[in-house]
This record gives sequence, C-alpha cells and structure tokens, in this order.
Amino acid sequence: MDEILDGLTQIDCDILVIGGGTAGPMAALKAKKKNPKANVVLLDKANVKRSGAISMGMDGLNNSVIPGYATPEQYTKEITVANDGICDQAAVYRYAQECYGIIQELDDFGIRFQKDQNGEYDVKKVHHIGTYVLPMPNGDTVKKALYRQLRKARINIVNRYMATRLLTGEGRIAGAVCVNTRTAEFLVVRAKAVIMGLGAAGRLGLPTSGYLYGTYENASNSGEGYAMAYHAGAGLANLECYQINPLIKDYNGPACAYVAGPMGGYTANAQGERFIECDYWSGQMMQEFYDELQGGKGPVYLKLNHLAEETISEIERVLHIVERPTRGHFHKGRGTDYRKQMIEMHISEIGFCSGHSASGVFVDEHARTTIPGLYAAGDMANVPHNYMLGAFTNGAFAGLDAADFIADVDFAAFDEAEVEAERTRVLAPTKRDDGIPPNQIEYKTRRLVNDYLQPPKVTAKMELAQERFEEVREDMEQGMYVRDSHELMRALEASSILDCADMAASASLYRTESRWGLYHNRVEYDRDDENWFCHTILTKGDDGKPAHRKQEVKPYIVEIAEDEKDAYNNQRVGASVAAE
Amino acid sequence: MPLAQTATTVPVTVNADLCIADKGCTVCVDVCPLDVLRIAETEDGSKTAYMKYDECWYCMPCEADCPTGAVTVNLPYLLK
Repeated sequence: MDEILDGLTQIDCDILVIGGGTAGPMAALKAKKKNPKANVVLLDKANVKRSGAISMGMDGLNNSVIPGYATPEQYTKEITVANDGICDQAAVYRYAQECYGIIQELDDFGIRFQKDQNGEYDVKKVHHIGTYVLPMPNGDTVKKALYRQLRKARINIVNRYMATRLLTGEGRIAGAVCVNTRTAEFLVVRAKAVIMGLGAAGRLGLPTSGYLYGTYENASNSGEGYAMAYHAGAGLANLECYQINPLIKDYNGPACAYVAGPMGGYTANAQGERFIECDYWSGQMMQEFYDELQGGKGPVYLKLNHLAEETISEIERVLHIVERPTRGHFHKGRGTDYRKQMIEMHISEIGFCSGHSASGVFVDEHARTTIPGLYAAGDMANVPHNYMLGAFTNGAFAGLDAADFIADVDFAAFDEAEVEAERTRVLAPTKRDDGIPPNQIEYKTRRLVNDYLQPPKVTAKMELAQERFEEVREDMEQGMYVRDSHELMRALEASSILDCADMAASASLYRTESRWGLYHNRVEYDRDDENWFCHTILTKGDDGKPAHRKQEVKPYIVEIAEDEKDAYNNQRVGASVAAE
Repeated sequence: MPLAQTATTVPVTVNADLCIADKGCTVCVDVCPLDVLRIAETEDGSKTAYMKYDECWYCMPCEADCPTGAVTVNLPYLLK
C-alpha cells in the first residue's frame, strides 16, 4: 500500500456526489429516490462509513424548526440578525420550511431525537430569540444509519479517491479528476451533474497546540471544496466572514454549551461570572469572548460545577459518547472533574465554514452554484449557520434539483488537455528526488495565517501575508517532495490550504468595513451599511488571482423591525445580571 | 536536501495480543478518516495494525469499531 502507481481510468455517471459526510449521502439518496434509473456515484477521500464532520456522531440538532416551537419566519429572522443582515433569505426560509420533514426522515432511519413524556420533540432554547435545539440521545449512530440507507438504495460508493479538480465544458459542469489516496492512480469521472459536500476549510489556521491535526473541524476537511470551486470558476461568498469558535482549550473541541446550556451550564470568566447573555455562536458573541480573554477577567470557562450530580452525570453521558468522545480522555488526563473545576476555554484558529458562520461557495435555495449542473451543500455552501441539519436539508435540495437537471442534458464535452495538465500538477511532487515535504509547506502556510490573518484584522499585516503566501507557493510548486501516495494526498491538501489562505486574505482586504463581530473585525474601519450592505463574491480572475465584486442582498422575505436588528449586537450582560 | 528522521510519539496504540489483523481484519485501517493506520508484519510473520502517520484527529472510529478492543486512542502529546 501507498506505493505510487501509474494509472488512469475513466468512468461515467449521471450524478457525481463528492464527499460522503453529511450533505453528500442525503443528496445521493434523494437523487436516487427521485430518479431510480440514475447512476449516482458517491465519492470520498476517506471511507463513507466514518467520514466527515459527524464521523463519530452529533449530540443534537442546533437549528431545528419544529411546529409548535418555532416558525420558519421566526427562524429566518433570527439567522438574518445573527448573521448581521447579510443573508439571501430564500435559502434560509426554504430550509426552515422543509427541515422538519428531514427530521422525520432521519427518525425513520433509526436516529432517535429527544422526546418528552408526551412523545413530543423536546426542543431547547439556546439562541437569542427562538427555540431550536433538539438533543440526540443516540447521536453516535448517525453515520451507521446513513450507511445502511446508502446500501439499501444501491448508491455506488467509491472510497479513498480524492477529487482534485472539477472539469467544465460548454458552460457547465462536465465531471471531476480524482486520484487514489493509496496508489496515486487517476480516475476521471464524467458526470452530467456534480454535487459537492466537501465540508469546511478546517485546516486553515494553526491550532495553538501546534499540532496540525488538532483542529476543531475533522482534519480531513482541508478546503478542497473551496479550492475546486474556485479553480472551476464558481463564485464564493463572504469568505471574510471567518469561522472562529469558542472551544475547550488545547483539546480544541466544542465545549458544547448547546448541550450544557439548557441544563444550566454557561460560559463564565475567571471569576465565575456570566459575561454574555447568549451562548449561541455568532461573530458578535465571539467578539465579547475575545474581549474577555484579552481583558483582565480571562480566561474564559464553561461552568458546570454549580449543577446537581444527576445533571452533571447526564451532561457527561452525552458529551463523552457522541461527536468528540475523546473529550472524556482529555479531562481525565488533566484531572478535570465537571463537579469541581470549570473547563478552560479558548478561541479557535480561523477557518471557512457556513455551518457556523457564512463563508462558502455561493448557492441559491436549490443549492445551485454559479456553474450550471454544479451544486454545493453543507459546511462549504454559503447558507449561513446551517449546521448538521442544514447539511442534510440543503443536501436533499441539491439531490432533488440535480435529478431534474440530468434529465435534459448529456455529458458536456471538456478539453482532454485539462486532464493531462492536472495529472502533471498532481504528480509533480513525485517526480523530484528530494525537496520540501508537504507537512512543512502546510505548517508554514497555517502559521502565517495565524500571524497575519487572525482577527482583529490589520491591512498591512494581511498584505504581508499575501507576500509570504506567494513565497510559499513558489516553494510548493517548485520544490515540494513526496515519497508515497499518502504523502501525495497531504501535498494536495497543502495546495488547497494555500488556496484558501490566499482567498481569506484577499476577501478580507476587499471588504473595507467591520462586520460579523470578531469574524471580520477590521480595526481601521467601522461598520458601513451604506456601502457594504452586500455580499462579496470572490472568483478566480483572469490573472489567476482572486477577483472580487459586490452582489446585492436580495430583498428580505421576512421583514426585520429596526429594534430587532440589534438583538445580537448587545451580547454583554448588564451589571445586574452579572451579579446574580 | 536529505530529510531528517525526527521521532514522534503516536496517539493510537494497538494491543498486538488482541489485534486480529492476522485473520484478515482491517477495520481500523478502513474507518480512519485521516487514513493513518496500516498493517505491519512482525518478525515472526504475524500481523498487527499500527499507526504509521502521526496525523490524528483523536476522533475514535478505530477504537470504537475494533471488534476485539485492541485499539486505544490517546490524545496527541502536544495537546493532552
């Protein structure tokens, strides 16, 4: 295994789904159900059984819109405000209307959601305004349940192939070039439609531990979706709205205030005092978190030690079996007992992720990108704050629309020279006798991301980042060296990471205002609604570098009253609450 | 420019007495999202899984899905 072999195979399918995590499987299932004759291929660089952000499971639905608890209008309003107004509501509204149906389908798959004594969904309040959080007591079974469905529906699963570039022709999608991560053999997939569900760009910033894979996101989510969309000419939206999360320090996993909050836990400063009104993750909340860390009252903690034994046991039971189960090992190693100590928190490295913020490939309410026949869903598509249920629901939209799209088209012709050029690019590090290994290219890129791009953002620093990235790119293109096909996968990831770093710097320089709290805090600029109430769209320019344009925010479907717009801007608790 | 051989402790350990790679089992290798595990042949000709690449997200499918409980995921030293 891992020996570099020479090989090239071509296959055809109707719909190619890239990424077998959350959005991808649902897209494949929906497309196949709508058109049982369609040949649907689901491809993943890992193994679909355990790939993606929910590899080990998920502890709850963070954004469920369940009749009786919340309305689609209320949810759309909440997310618009939480995302600082920059939001095409159609996609959020459609999600809010249809996600309940997806919950019921997941329920049928055998994924259990918490119900009260009357058999009703037991929804909890975490957001500032509405009630949307639905716990999943057996959330550790999500991937297994999905996999059973994929087998039942006879989806063609291709594991351990990494898509490296999309193919286009005739003004639409034509397929993808892929490489086997254990043999370096190539697979060209011709497809009438391609659905991307490749997750966040989670290996962009460097965790403070210095460990390359100690990221918040599943470290296999290294930004290929963003890089491939960019090189294919698709538009990417609001990349300056970084993902930054409040996490357990060093462990770098979620503290899970969404689990602990409804049971009485909360985020506190070193004095054990509350300082934010609402633990729901938003840029404004992260700004308050950052201020508390920098101010004299840090560090910041998750506080549970005031709770009753039964409550703490229940919190432990949930947090130590789903999503990030090594959390229990981590606390044990440090001697942290939720009953006695508070849990030290920190802010994460930066990334791109619409699952929690709004940085993603631009899509509409059908999950269509700006390239006909190319779809994106989940963390990498720019439906703000869409979380796991958004990945499932928007994945479903992509699958349904793609099933219609392929009915009217044949394969688009593409330039064979593109395949040859991509083979040359991919294999270049295998053709050298020595050079720089991919882990050093990656480490340097990500260390520079931390040094120069981590907010608060400063123009001169971001320009320096661009200069340094150019140098690393030169080193990567001229001198990167790999010894086996596994290292080749890492080399390709390093290339995606560098592309994302370039896009992060460029997008942040373009928006000359501050917005989304800490996510785009440009210290030299204030908020500027007059000039910047718009999306920023990044594409690959004719010079091969990022180009930018403004795009208007579509008229709201759900109006926001003036006094509601500030709901997420006033997060800091008043003196009277803090004293409680 | 030769490459250095810098030592590193690996987070995933496998109990060779429990591992059934000899019988053809590759479950832990198959499920790892980062693809960092491999099967090694020991000097006496028997086989066992081991962590070949120190690129671990400490996510735990290898430990959870191992049919014999042979795999343990520790936290990488840099962050534990």
